[in-house]
Amino acid sequence: MENLNLVLPEIFISLSIMFLLILGVFKKNSSKITFNLSLFVILITTIITINETFSVSRETLFNESVVIDNMSSLMKIITLIGGFLVLVISSSYLKIFKIYNIEYPVLILSSILGMMVMISSNDLIVFYMGLELQSLALYVLATYNRDQLKSSEAGLKYFVLSALSSGLLLYGCSLVYGFSGSTNFDVISNQLNSNEYVLTFGIVFILVGLAFKISAVPFHMWAPDVYEGSPTTVTLFFTMVPKIAALTVFIRFLYVPFLNLIDQWQMIIIFLSIASMVFGAVAAIGQTNIKRLIAYSSIGHIGYTLAGLATASNEGIQSSIIYISIYVVMNLALFSCLLMLRRKDQYYEDIEDLSGLSRNHPLLSLCLLVILFSLAGIPPLAGFFAKFYVFKAVLEQSMFFLAIVGLLSTVVAAFYYLRIIKIIYFDKEKDKYDTDHSLWLKFSLTVSTILILLYFIFPSQLIEVVSRINII
Amino acid sequence: MIDISLGHYLTLGAVIFSIGVIGIFLNRKNIIVILMSIELILLAVNINLVAFSIYLGDLAGQVFTLFILTVAAAEAAIGLAIIVVYFRNSGTIRVEEIDNLKG
Repeated sequence: MENLNLVLPEIFISLSIMFLLILGVFKKNSSKITFNLSLFVILITTIITINETFSVSRETLFNESVVIDNMSSLMKIITLIGGFLVLVISSSYLKIFKIYNIEYPVLILSSILGMMVMISSNDLIVFYMGLELQSLALYVLATYNRDQLKSSEAGLKYFVLSALSSGLLLYGCSLVYGFSGSTNFDVISNQLNSNEYVLTFGIVFILVGLAFKISAVPFHMWAPDVYEGSPTTVTLFFTMVPKIAALTVFIRFLYVPFLNLIDQWQMIIIFLSIASMVFGAVAAIGQTNIKRLIAYSSIGHIGYTLAGLATASNEGIQSSIIYISIYVVMNLALFSCLLMLRRKDQYYEDIEDLSGLSRNHPLLSLCLLVILFSLAGIPPLAGFFAKFYVFKAVLEQSMFFLAIVGLLSTVVAAFYYLRIIKIIYFDKEKDKYDTDHSLWLKFSLTVSTILILLYFIFPSQLIEVVSRINII
Repeated sequence: MIDISLGHYLTLGAVIFSIGVIGIFLNRKNIIVILMSIELILLAVNINLVAFSIYLGDLAGQVFTLFILTVAAAEAAIGLAIIVVYFRNSGTIRVEEIDNLKG
């Protein structure tokens, strides 16, 4: 008998989704209660995940098609916490746009379920089902503000490009299945050691599909449009949560089934990493919309995480995971600030709107200062340590070129972060923004800013949790 | 008569897959064509998987195909819904005119 307690979080969350849907259909005006219940569901799922899986070092279930290990439980917990915070700060935004419906929390929950399945998949079929559950929910979320042209266009673009990338990924999966004779990652890993070039095709297709999902250059073109067009809270969700899941799957693919073919994929990852870092830094310079700028900055940050993955060492993987965790916190803080730029039921999202912010809102400006410095990687903030671990792991493998390009693009990227700080502190001031924000928004901004500020005092907790992840 | 071997099926799959990918990028007319191209890509994958499954004598490939068929149906439904929403807002589904977001 399998130990079903290990997949209890997934079972619980899927039953809750069905229950919430029924509740939403049969009870009138139930958006508030659905919202609160889904927050409760995420909390309970987090607790179950911590209780049941956190101490498990490695277990497989269902004919080894699902794996529960240190990486999957940590990533699930980050995903759940990220989903909780997104949901909790989105309610006031949705109310203003009159899209405060029951579907929003249900869609967020189902995409989280898809990500959890993806994170612990150890089989091509399970992986594909998780991926599609996640993306189908995300297509609808991107179109969520459906009376607005921008939002529906973002959804349309996301749908077309994401479906294309799923197709490429699937074609790669079919080739890998054909040449290894199994869909199980461990079996594939044992079978694949030949140099058949059709197999290389399969690997390239899978990597292209995954690179689409994490928006690495040259497969990034959907990201700026989708980030700009979607409702801001959905953009926040896009920049945080699916990235974690996609990165986990990336690690899992590279280091379980394709471990023996390291010579064939290492150059591809290095190329993706360098291209993303450089492009993310250069293309963000001319942007005027903050959400678009965040899209380019997230492309750059994905480049740094990929640099950690390219090293083919446990330290590299761990540094990537630390990077993405810190990146998630910084993004949460940045978007909390963005959601505070509201004047009479209208949200502002251009960089111009920040001008002279420090005169009227000194505290908010100080938070933005900390967050932007951290994103630029200035010590002693958390963003610096994230980059430091990655570069340390890269240098230990003597990949000097990658490290040099990474450092140079950090310098270029610092320019546009510092430009925003200059606009906030030295440009002409504008009208005051409203200050009656929801408690949760203030809470998330305060907590994430404090985490960024004080990370250097207690870095050992995060490192200790992450250092248990030994893939190779 | 020629025997139809695995290679023939794989070539068919590759051809259909290429038609799908090219259809997405060369199409300048209509989003519905893009939807059809996505469907073609998934069908090419199905041909591949079934051919491999028969060749290897392993049922997992055919199970995978059934899952893909189901997901493709769900994806087409959501895609059409998004296209309808977009058409309501903009009054067009011509690919060239989808350019409100750029920079």
